[in-house]
Amino acid sequence: MLDRIYRIITSLRLTVVLLSLGLVLVYLGTVAQEPLGLYAAQHRFFRSFFVDASSLYAAVHKSVDMLTQSMGHPLKPLEATKLLSAPRLPAFPGGYLIGVLLLINLFAAHFRYYQPGKRKIGIALIHIGVVLLLVGQLLTDILATESLLHLRHGETKNYTEASRQFELVVVDTTDPVTDKIVAIPTGRLARHREIQHAELPFTIRVQTFYPNSALVEKAAPGYSAVGTTAGFGAGFWWREVPHETEMDKRDMPSAIVELRPPTGSLGTFLTSAYLTRPQEFTHAGRTYQLGIRNERFYKPFTIHLLEFKHDKYPGTEIPKNFSSRVRLQRPATGEDREVLIYMNNPLRYDGETYYQASFDRDNQGTVLQVVRNPSWLTPYLACVLVSIGLLWQFFAHLSGFARKRKPA
Amino acid sequence: MKIIYRLLPWLFLALFATEIVVVMLPKSPGKFHTAEFGRLPVLLNGRIQPFDSVGRNSLLQIRSTGDVPLEEVPFWKFWHHPEKLRSTEWLLEVFFKPEQADNRPIFLIHHPDLISELKLTDKGLEKSGLRYYSFQDLGPVLAEITAQGRKAGALEDASRTTYQKQVLKLANAVVLYQRLKNSIQPEGTHDFAELLETFRLTVTPGMVALRAQQAGEKFDEKILRRFSMLAQQFDDLGNYAYPLVVPPLDPANKDGWQTIGTSVMESMRAGQLAPAITFYARMAAAYGHADAAEFNSAVAGYKNWLLTNFSREVSKGQSEYYFNRIKLFLHATIIYIMAFVLACGALLTFGLAPSLSESLRRSAFYLICLACVVHTFGLVYRMVLEGRPPVTNLYSSAIFIGWGACVLGLILERIFKIGLGSATAGLAGFITLLIAHNLALGGDTMEMLRAVLDTNFWLATHVVTITLGYSATFMAGALALAYIVLGVFTPLLATQTGDSTLGKALTKMVYAIICFATLFSFVGTVLGGIWADQSWGRFWGWDPKENGALIIVIWNAIILHARWGGLIRDRGLMNLAIFGNIVTAFSWFGVNMLGIGLHSYGFMDAAFKWLMLFNVTQIALILLGLVPLHRWRSFRPAT
Repeated sequence: MLDRIYRIITSLRLTVVLLSLGLVLVYLGTVAQEPLGLYAAQHRFFRSFFVDASSLYAAVHKSVDMLTQSMGHPLKPLEATKLLSAPRLPAFPGGYLIGVLLLINLFAAHFRYYQPGKRKIGIALIHIGVVLLLVGQLLTDILATESLLHLRHGETKNYTEASRQFELVVVDTTDPVTDKIVAIPTGRLARHREIQHAELPFTIRVQTFYPNSALVEKAAPGYSAVGTTAGFGAGFWWREVPHETEMDKRDMPSAIVELRPPTGSLGTFLTSAYLTRPQEFTHAGRTYQLGIRNERFYKPFTIHLLEFKHDKYPGTEIPKNFSSRVRLQRPATGEDREVLIYMNNPLRYDGETYYQASFDRDNQGTVLQVVRNPSWLTPYLACVLVSIGLLWQFFAHLSGFARKRKPA
Repeated sequence: MKIIYRLLPWLFLALFATEIVVVMLPKSPGKFHTAEFGRLPVLLNGRIQPFDSVGRNSLLQIRSTGDVPLEEVPFWKFWHHPEKLRSTEWLLEVFFKPEQADNRPIFLIHHPDLISELKLTDKGLEKSGLRYYSFQDLGPVLAEITAQGRKAGALEDASRTTYQKQVLKLANAVVLYQRLKNSIQPEGTHDFAELLETFRLTVTPGMVALRAQQAGEKFDEKILRRFSMLAQQFDDLGNYAYPLVVPPLDPANKDGWQTIGTSVMESMRAGQLAPAITFYARMAAAYGHADAAEFNSAVAGYKNWLLTNFSREVSKGQSEYYFNRIKLFLHATIIYIMAFVLACGALLTFGLAPSLSESLRRSAFYLICLACVVHTFGLVYRMVLEGRPPVTNLYSSAIFIGWGACVLGLILERIFKIGLGSATAGLAGFITLLIAHNLALGGDTMEMLRAVLDTNFWLATHVVTITLGYSATFMAGALALAYIVLGVFTPLLATQTGDSTLGKALTKMVYAIICFATLFSFVGTVLGGIWADQSWGRFWGWDPKENGALIIVIWNAIILHARWGGLIRDRGLMNLAIFGNIVTAFSWFGVNMLGIGLHSYGFMDAAFKWLMLFNVTQIALILLGLVPLHRWRSFRPAT
C-alpha cells in the first residue's frame, strides 16, 4: 500500500496530471477575469486551495459564450456580485493546491530517480529554478505589500497609503507640534460594535458601517438620510452598495459612529472615505479630528515632488514618457538627494521600490506605486537557473543528435 | 529528362529572383515627379515619414487598400496590370485637385443596413461584392454620418453594435479625408501663392487697424474685416490639417514641425513666411495648372532646401518610400505559397517518381531560401526604419513569427531532406504574412510606442524570445499535422530516408522543436515577468497576456513529461503538438479578444471567427489522428 502511494507520488503520470490541471486552471482563471474582474478572479482561482463552484461556472459560461458569440448568438452576461456572494463550494483545485502538490511530486520524483551525472545536471537545475519560482511567488503572495504615494507638485509626504484598505482615525491635535493618532482598520468596524482604546477617553460605538457605500448631498431614490447629531454631514444621503469587481474601482466605506465618554455622549458623526475634510470636535479640553482615510504607512524619510513630466510624441497624444523628479530626505542619516523616477526605472530604497504608476489629470501631480517585496530577487535567480538548465539539456540533446546522424 | 529535373529548381529560383530584382530597380520618374514628392518628409503620428506613407496609411484606413484601382480587370487576366492611382498620386489629387479626388470611389462601406439607412443602395461602385463610394456620393448624407458617428463614438467600444462600429469607422474616414484635403492649402483655393501674398500684404495694415480698434480709435473697417477673415481661414487650416508638413525654423528643435496654417499664423509675427510654404505654394499652383516642369522644379527646390538642415529626415523619407514601393512582404508571400505547392508536389510524388520529387523538393527549398532572404531583408529594413527590435506590435509579431518558422523550416530541411521543412515553412510564412497584411489595415504599423513599451532592451529580449517560442510551437504543430495527414492518407511515413523511416524522422523533428519551444517560451515568459517587476513592481499579475504565455510553457512541459513518462508514443506526441497550435493561437490572438462585446466589427472580430474555425480544424485533425494505427495507410499491415 505504502509502496503504491510512493509510486504514485513520484510518478511522471502525476506530474502530467497536475500540469494539465494547472493548464486548465490558468485558462479558466483567465477567461473568468472578464465576468468576475481581475482582482476577484486572481483570488478565487490562483490564490486559493480550491476554486468555488460559482467562479468555475463564470469561467465555463464565458468559454461557451465565446464559442456561441462567434456564431452570432452571445449568451446573457452574468452578474458578478451575485456569483461572488454565493457560498463557496470547492469545485476545482486552486493554484495553491496544485502548486503544493507539484512541489511534493517534484521533490519525491527527484529523490526516487536522481542519479548524479553530467546528463542530469540540466534537469536538476531546471527543477530547482522552477521550485524557486513557485516558492518565491508564494512568499510574494504572503509577504509583499503594496501602497501608493500621491504627491501634488511641491508636496512633501512621509507616508504612503494603501489603495484598498481604509482606517478610522481619531487625531488629537491639541499639541501644535505633534499629533497623536489612533488608527483603527475599517475591517474592525464591521466586526465590533464597540471599540475601546487606551489612548482614547471615549468609546467608539459603531452605529452603521457600510464596507462600500454611495454618498450624495441631495435626496435620491434608494438613499436614506444620514441624520447624524454632531459634526457636519447630517444633511447627506447614503446607501450601501455591493463590492466593486472592476480592477480600477475600489470600495468606499462609510460609517456612522457615536463617541461615548464614560458619561453621556458626544453625539453621532458621519465618517466616510468620500469626505476629504475630517470631523472636528473638542472633549475635556482637547481638540480632536475624526475621519475615514486610506490606511497609512509612515516612513523615517520624506519624499518631495519637484517636478512631474508627461512627454508626448510630437503632434500626437501618445505618451512618450512619464517621469517624477523627487527629493528624498532622511533627517536621521542626513541623506538628501534628488531622484528621477520614470517608466522602467524605479527607485529602490529602504527595502521598497517606488514606481511611476499614474498621474493627475492636470499633470500637476504624480502617483507612485510603492512595493515592499522581500522575495523580489527569486524570479531573477530562478530565470538564470532554468535558462542554464534548459540550454544544458538542449545542447546535450543537440550534440547527441548530431553525433548520431554523422555516421549515416 | 534528367537535365530538366536538374534545371527546374534553378529556373524557379531565377524566375522569382528576377521578379524581385525588377521590382527593386529604380523606376523612371514620369512626367510629373510624383515619386520625388512622395519621398518628401513630414511629421505624423509622432514620427518622420514620407508623404507616401501618409497617403498609404490613410487609404488603408479609408479604403482598406494602399492604392486606388482605376479599372476593373477580371481575375483570370493576371498578365494585365490594372491601371491604378498609387498612394502618392492619390494624395497629390486630394491636396491639389480636390474636385477630382472627390469623385474617386474610396469609401468602403460593408454593412448593408448602413448602406440602406444612408440611401446609398443605387450609388457607388461595386467590386468583388464590396461597395465603394466617392466623397461626392456621400455629400448629401454627410451630416447624417457625422451625427450618427458622434453618437456611436460616445459609447464604450465593447457596447457598440456592428452597425455603430461601421458608422464610426465611416465617420472617422470622412474626417480623415477632409483633414487631408485641408493639409496644404484651404480646400477650393485656386492659387495658393496668390492667397499667401494677399495675406502677407494685409497683415501690416490689418494689425494697424486691429490695434486702432482695440484702442478705440478710428480704423479701416474693410481692411480689418478682410484681415480677420483671412486669419480665420489660416487658423482653421492650422487646426484641421493632418500631417505636420512645415519643418521647424530652428533646426535644433527636431520636434517643432508645424502645419501650414500654424506656420503662416506664426510668420505674421516674424513677418517672413517659412521657406517650405513658398515651395508648397509653387507645387500647388503647378499641379493645379498641370505644369509638370514647374512642379518638378518646386519639388526639387524644396528637397535641396531641406538637405541643408534636414538631410536625415530626407533620407528617412526616401528609405521609407522605397520600402513602401517594393512591397517585400507581398513578394515573400507569393514565393512562400509557390514553395508550399512545390513541396507538397514533392511529397506526393515521393514514391511514384523519385527524380521528379527530388527536383520539386529542391525547387521548393530554393524558393524558401529566396523567400527567407526577402523576408529577412524586409524585417531588417523595418527594424532600421523604426530603430527598434523586430517586434513592437501585433503586426510585427506576425511578421516575426513567420520569419522564425521559416528559419526553423530551412534548418529542418537541411537536416531531413524530404520536403517537409519547406512545406511547413511555406505554409507558415504564407499564413503569418496574410495575417500581418490584414492587421496592417488598421493604419500605420510603425506607430510610436507608449511610454512603458519604450525600451529597446526588453523589446529585444523578452518580446523576441517569446515570439520565437510561438514560432516554434506553431512549427511543431505544423509538422505534426503533416505527420497525421501523410500517415493516414499515404504510405509515406513508412518509407526509408537515411537510417530511419520518415515517420521516425518526423517524430525526432517534432520532439526537438518542442524542446526548443519550451526553452524559448519559458525564458521569454520569465523575462516578461522581470520586465513587469522592473516597471511596476510585480513579477506576476495573472494578466491575460501573461497567462497566455504561461499556458504555452505548461503545455510544452506537459508534452515533454508525458513523453518521458512513456504516457505517449509518436502518435500521441503529434496529437499533443497539434493541440499546441490551439494553445498558441489562444495566447497570441485569443487573449486580445476576451473583452470583445456582443456584436463586434473589424479585423479583430473577424479574426475571432477565424480563430474558432482554426481551432475546429485542429480538433478535426486530432480526431483523425485518433484513427486506429492499423487503419493508417502508412502503418497498414502488409497483405
